[in-house]
Amino acid sequence: MKIPSFLRTPQGIAASLGLVLVAFATVFGPVFFGDLATERSIPDRQQGVSADHLFGTDELGRDLFARVVVATRVSVLLTLGATGISVIGGIVLGVIAVLLPRVLQRLVAGLIDILLSFPWLLLALFFSVIWGTTAVGAMLAVGFAGIPVFARLTSTLSASVAGSDYVRAAGMLGSRSLRTTFRHVIPNILPPLLVNTAAHASVTLLSFAALSFLGLGVQAPEYDWGRLLNEGSKRIYVDPMAAIGPGIAIVLVGVVFALLGEVFSEASGRRLPPKAIRRRRSTDVVGEVTDATPVLEMSNLRVAFPGNDGVMVERVHGVSLTVSPGETVGIVGESGSGKSVTASAVAGLLGPDALVTSDGLWFREIDMSAVPNAVERRRLGLEQAMIFQDPLTSLNPSLTIGRQLREASEVHGKVSRADTLRRAVDKLNLVRIPDAERRLGQLPHELSGGMRQRAMIAMGLMGNPRLIIADEPTTALDVTVQRQVMRALRDAQNATGAAILFISHDIALVSGFCDRIVVMRGGQVVEELAADRLSEAKHPYTRGLIECVPDMNTDRTAVLPVIAAPDEEKMPV
Amino acid sequence: MSELRFEGVTVRFGQGRSANVAVNAIDLTVRSGTTHGLVGESGSGKSTVARVAVGFEKAAAGRILLDGVDITGRDPAARAARRRVQMVFQDPLSALDPRMSIGASIAEGLLATGRRHTAAQREGRVKELLELVHIDPARSGDSPTAFSGGQRQRITIARALAAEPEVLIADEITSALDVSVQGVVLNLLRELQTRLNLTMLFISHNLAVVRYVSDEVTVMRGGLVVEHGATEMVLSNPTDPYTRELLRAVPVMGRPLDLEEV
Repeated sequence: MKIPSFLRTPQGIAASLGLVLVAFATVFGPVFFGDLATERSIPDRQQGVSADHLFGTDELGRDLFARVVVATRVSVLLTLGATGISVIGGIVLGVIAVLLPRVLQRLVAGLIDILLSFPWLLLALFFSVIWGTTAVGAMLAVGFAGIPVFARLTSTLSASVAGSDYVRAAGMLGSRSLRTTFRHVIPNILPPLLVNTAAHASVTLLSFAALSFLGLGVQAPEYDWGRLLNEGSKRIYVDPMAAIGPGIAIVLVGVVFALLGEVFSEASGRRLPPKAIRRRRSTDVVGEVTDATPVLEMSNLRVAFPGNDGVMVERVHGVSLTVSPGETVGIVGESGSGKSVTASAVAGLLGPDALVTSDGLWFREIDMSAVPNAVERRRLGLEQAMIFQDPLTSLNPSLTIGRQLREASEVHGKVSRADTLRRAVDKLNLVRIPDAERRLGQLPHELSGGMRQRAMIAMGLMGNPRLIIADEPTTALDVTVQRQVMRALRDAQNATGAAILFISHDIALVSGFCDRIVVMRGGQVVEELAADRLSEAKHPYTRGLIECVPDMNTDRTAVLPVIAAPDEEKMPV
Repeated sequence: MSELRFEGVTVRFGQGRSANVAVNAIDLTVRSGTTHGLVGESGSGKSTVARVAVGFEKAAAGRILLDGVDITGRDPAARAARRRVQMVFQDPLSALDPRMSIGASIAEGLLATGRRHTAAQREGRVKELLELVHIDPARSGDSPTAFSGGQRQRITIARALAAEPEVLIADEITSALDVSVQGVVLNLLRELQTRLNLTMLFISHNLAVVRYVSDEVTVMRGGLVVEHGATEMVLSNPTDPYTRELLRAVPVMGRPLDLEEV
């Protein structure tokens, strides 16, 4: 049998070993140590630690180590029972809360909220008064006290699943709520619930120990770790091991449950952050920049990211690109072509896990493959502008448009506030945002999508941009709004003379806006050609891209041409 | 015969003074055996039209008739009739349960037929449907993540077809796909239409795509229908200024963008 990879990690091994040990002690503890644990021997009473008695003996001379091992069964079973009650009760209540009609749903949610507002231990104490101070009573008390926590978790998780398209689709197909719950909702909320169950078991174990320690849990002659701890604590200054022994058991099992939770959460997809790759620092030598210096010189750029198994996977395979001052270059490609990764490398925005190598990656004599020094950082802040696909995530939602526009010039340009305000209004006017003064005081969500994107362009114009990198800036927008954004980009270029690196999957849009088109596929440049000579494209992929998109003159009776998968396609020699 | 007719349908979101009319008393008819394109920008109400037809939203006024039967009600007859209208979603990844094999997802579509299927019948039907959308039936046990975006969208189409719908609503089904895959899905839709004589409401903001698949076009703006007619007529000879603006904004391959003010 193959061992799942998550069990082969140090955590997985530790959790498995711990689990085996606990299970063994639970099942066989009373069988092997039962006699020793109950055997009284008055002459040996209250002994300290010795080779015969690892944890010493109690006031009746019973071996404490044996008692700790035997107590595993009661402690673990009570913990599992209580956790089971919490989880099952919580799932039932939580799922019911989502299934009910809206009015009842609110009532149940309100009830859960009220129960959650009581401290957990208080609830447990309250219930143990109802069911009496017996072991089973304590189990019910701790179990029921945990229900609100799981009910809330379940209802939150299932509410998010219930809002998904596949649950809607099931409803559209006539699946009843109960069926949808069992087929779609529960399977999808189970992994996070499992993680929380393991963590909860660890807490439950502790609270049992606490209840028994207070005398509210297991009663004599039965005993669990909490009771042993209670008895041992009375002579903690004489024989510390009498209290520490059961303490060790509680901590060990608590850690095993917590580890189990960690293992589950890693199995369900959470990963450790990859190791950061150290980049060399830039030298202090600053190259001379003239008007003829290319804005961007990139040769043989390779970018690799760590894959699922930690091995680096190359995503961009040796891309070379030069952008002259004032030029508009478009990179076209489909998802996975490496176009956005290339753009991010140019902007120096790749995360610490990306391995970037190249024969040269220069933005106006700044080495973008190294960590920039203070002077270079300042120049980059003023001379490079970046516009992303989703302006709502690239603008800070809690700062006004004005504050965000001013930031770059105030940080990098060291210009007074009054000047930057005037400049901000100018730039908003330039990208044709109406009512610029009022917009400065507004937050991003008060602007429409197209206006936000134009505000991003205005932000880039606050410095003195030499290169504007626009990564799919209009993909989420309608054609009419797209036109306004493209116009703002063109206006920005006319006003500053900046070069533009325009990334898009829409070859028609790129061909209408750029001077030169770079077609990328699978991390490589397959063809580079002037925008007005698109009809002379040689590479079959470029031709396929042009032909497969229907336009306003496509023959409606004909089948659309389809691009062959890369491995089926013959590359031109 | 399977005609989907919207009569004075109004949809409101919110209540009282903050209420927002998403769809304002629209009339629209999807004729039997034809594809009806619905175009408009985001916020025009075009997706709400789809959602109200399959019962995700409630109409505040008006009726939606499938072959003369109102499908907006809550009674069992209306519910059963509503299942004859099926929708394909924009994002195929979120429309498929990640913990269900694609075969099981498609089999879920059989629920809508109201008939009982034996396991063997179910399996046979899933195989048929997968072949219909050109996906290897041997892969019916795979999870959705094992497929590419275009394949996933074909799987959701197969699920919708399993319901044996009279009318298929496609809501921006190619917007989340790469252009090379978009062609494959569009070709499939046309192929299915000729083979199964489907009646389809095709919603998109992409005029060229709508033009390619539709026989008739309705243009919406701000919850209202601004123009309607045969595809060639509306797109070659638009009468409404908004339709003209939409047409002007479509990028044309190899032609510089028209960025001038009108």
